[in-house]
Amino acid sequence: MKLTSWGRYPHIDTTGASFETTDQLAALLKKNGDLIAYGMGRSYGDSALNSRVVFSKRFNKIIDFNPEKGLLVCESGVSLEEIINIFMPRGWFLSTTPGTRLITVGGAIASDVHGKNHHTAGCFSESVESFEIMLPDGEILQCSREENPGIFHATCGGMGLTGIILTAAIKLQKVRSSYIRETVKRCQNLEEVFACFETYKTTTYSVAWINCLVSGSDVGRSVLMAGEHAETGSLEVKLKQPISVPFDFPGFCLNRYSTKLFNWLYYHSRPSFVENRLVSLDQFFYPLDSIGHWNRIYGKGGFTQYQLVLPKAASYDGLNVILKRIAKAGLGSFLAVLKLCGPQNDNDLSFPMEGYSLALDFKIERRLFPFLDELDQIVLDYGGRLYLTKDVRMPKHVFQKGYPGWEAFAELREKTGMKKKFNSLQSRRLGV
Amino acid sequence: MNLLILGANSDVAYAVAKTFAKHKKADIYLASRDMKLLEKKVRDLKTRYEIKAACFYFDAMDFESHLKFYQSLDPKPDGVVYAAGYMPDQEAAQKDFKEAKKIFEINFSGAAAILEIVADDFQKRGHGFIIGISSVAGERGRQSNYIYGASKAAFTAYLSGLRNRLFKKNIQVLTVLPGFINTKMTESMDLPGLLTAQPDEVAEYIYKAFRKNRDVLYTKWYWKWIMAVIKGIPEKIFKRMGL
Ligand SMILES: Cc1cc2nc3c(=O)[nH]c(=O)nc-3n(C[C@H](O)[C@H](O)[C@H](O)COP(=O)(O)OP(=O)(O)OC[C@H]3O[C@@H](n4cnc5c(N)ncnc54)[C@H](O)[C@@H]3O)c2cc1C
Ligand SMILES: NC(=O)c1ccc[n+]([C@@H]2O[C@H](COP(=O)([O-])OP(=O)(O)OC[C@H]3O[C@@H](n4cnc5c(N)ncnc54)[C@H](OP(=O)(O)O)[C@@H]3O)[C@@H](O)[C@H]2O)c1
Repeated sequence: MKLTSWGRYPHIDTTGASFETTDQLAALLKKNGDLIAYGMGRSYGDSALNSRVVFSKRFNKIIDFNPEKGLLVCESGVSLEEIINIFMPRGWFLSTTPGTRLITVGGAIASDVHGKNHHTAGCFSESVESFEIMLPDGEILQCSREENPGIFHATCGGMGLTGIILTAAIKLQKVRSSYIRETVKRCQNLEEVFACFETYKTTTYSVAWINCLVSGSDVGRSVLMAGEHAETGSLEVKLKQPISVPFDFPGFCLNRYSTKLFNWLYYHSRPSFVENRLVSLDQFFYPLDSIGHWNRIYGKGGFTQYQLVLPKAASYDGLNVILKRIAKAGLGSFLAVLKLCGPQNDNDLSFPMEGYSLALDFKIERRLFPFLDELDQIVLDYGGRLYLTKDVRMPKHVFQKGYPGWEAFAELREKTGMKKKFNSLQSRRLGV
Repeated sequence: MNLLILGANSDVAYAVAKTFAKHKKADIYLASRDMKLLEKKVRDLKTRYEIKAACFYFDAMDFESHLKFYQSLDPKPDGVVYAAGYMPDQEAAQKDFKEAKKIFEINFSGAAAILEIVADDFQKRGHGFIIGISSVAGERGRQSNYIYGASKAAFTAYLSGLRNRLFKKNIQVLTVLPGFINTKMTESMDLPGLLTAQPDEVAEYIYKAFRKNRDVLYTKWYWKWIMAVIKGIPEKIFKRMGL
């Protein structure tokens, strides 16, 4: 069968099988050859792609919930959307959520995803007390910060390369309302948005949409959104059913004029400043989930996301250079996202580090990859790295320089036979 | 409401269980053969929906056991879903009658054996509903799948008669005729994406049809029209086609 991920590039021929019990999974691992876990395919690149995959979607049972501790134990194929639907009405929400609710718990751990509260709450792994993982020989291992810590820290952010995550115990956070109190502020340029992130440093959630097509003194023009869980209000969730993009947009729909117009509209349709307005969960966290298959607007050829993070001290200068480069190349995307991250954690390959992260979407076209190679160099020069779960083209040396933990990770994989059993197109490209 | 699901390890069955638990706060009896998996699903349903759930061993092919099985249920169900199904390779069933027999027994004879017991009970109590999951494959036999298709045709005809019989007692009998569904049954097949439904979608449609007291449900809806076309082809032409 044909398989791809969110970026719809590349499409590969694969044989895939799902499992609903650990015995079924063990039987799949016994077969010759390597494979990789596939969750909901919301990673943008080739981290979940291989000529053989195992689908976790039917391994999706909830095992236990402790309402005193807010501790949820579930299988790795359970989606974040299901968790919200079940537990929000009882007053519990995910400790960390990315910009889509359509991912699995396994995918959240494997990419060690982060959300708008990274600066206050860290990555998804922060909420993971323990998990069970199936190793190459079918053995099931319990891992936590105390038990098998080496495998725990390699697996959180390890892109499925250490084994198949089976079940996880994750802590939910208590909330009083399903609504968010949101503050929105338009920022003229990079300096202003940096200052704004500092102002809202103690606010739980913050993120900015940035226009990467403007140049000159307007570089960094953006709209910052900060939010807190509302103190009162209903716990009801009404996640809107998405309207869907029905087919691939023809390539010419997306050009520098349409993206410019879109960015202009986006900026000017936001208020220059509003404080503490009440918005719903999906409006605040999941604006993109309200349009199904929005990846089709990039056309048949697909797209990729380039997400980088720079150390805080280098962020201002580095982003200035990068944003100018992008504006000049005119390859810019609809919307780019800027976020101030908190400190780095102890996992081998987790992406965030203290500093600014920038994420941009690019349509796949011939001149794109050489251009991204140029950006890579700037990112490395400023001491940054790229996010693996968005990546489809990072060269090996960029990976190794950006992730000092790679060596320990590669060694563990070699030593435990993981390298023979669990591989993706990405792991081969990165030589890990 | 108490809902009994037979063949409860089917992917569609699990989705139906979730849908009734969610919308109706129904308590659920899961009955199938793989008990370890059923126990996992019981825990799952209880935690998700804060309902009561329990599981039972049920083998559709062990006709003799059905009465005892049904008698052991307390309280008795208000509704029953028959979801057990078996669809091996057609060629295997052509070559080995044991396979064909298994298809007939799981998809039809077993269903008739248990549903007669259920119908009796519902008739006595003057209360209940029955949902049978058949298939569009039973609408017309095709060379690539006619043994399975024949078992489903029998099941569809059976359900139609049962509906006729129970109508006076106000007992709903809903025949579900799915097209392609993305489940473990069809995992190794290359299904046409556009015509393939997800189990959760199918379950929502089944629930709606139950609420509206419907008799026959094609799911998704366009299968009604696709099958109308297929049934309309004259036999003279149909027999020459490579379907
Ligand atoms: C609209 C959108 C917004 C997003 N916003 C954010 C964001 O704000 N922050 C962020 O961090 N990410 C974000 N992402 C990325 C997304 O959260 C991650 O790519 C996530 O890992 C996808 O999960 P998935 O279940 O779809 O996994 P897949 O895409 O199927 O797989 C991703 C990786 O997880 C591994 N994996 C999956 N299941 C298992 C398992 N059971 N055991 C072992 N490994 C497994 C795969 O092998 C693969 O390496 C966004 C993506 C989209 C489409
Ligand atoms: N998938 C499709 O495209 C499709 C299309 C049209 C119609 N259908 C019909 O829809 C129904 C559900 O299909 P599905 O795709 O969800 O099936 P499925 O996931 O393959 O599940 C079928 C289930 O039937 C149970 N079963 C088999 N033999 C049994 C027996 N002797 N006694 C009791 N239970 C038995 C099995 O449970 P245990 O493991 O516990 O035995 C199995 O999990 C079936 O009747 C099928 O024919 C499916």
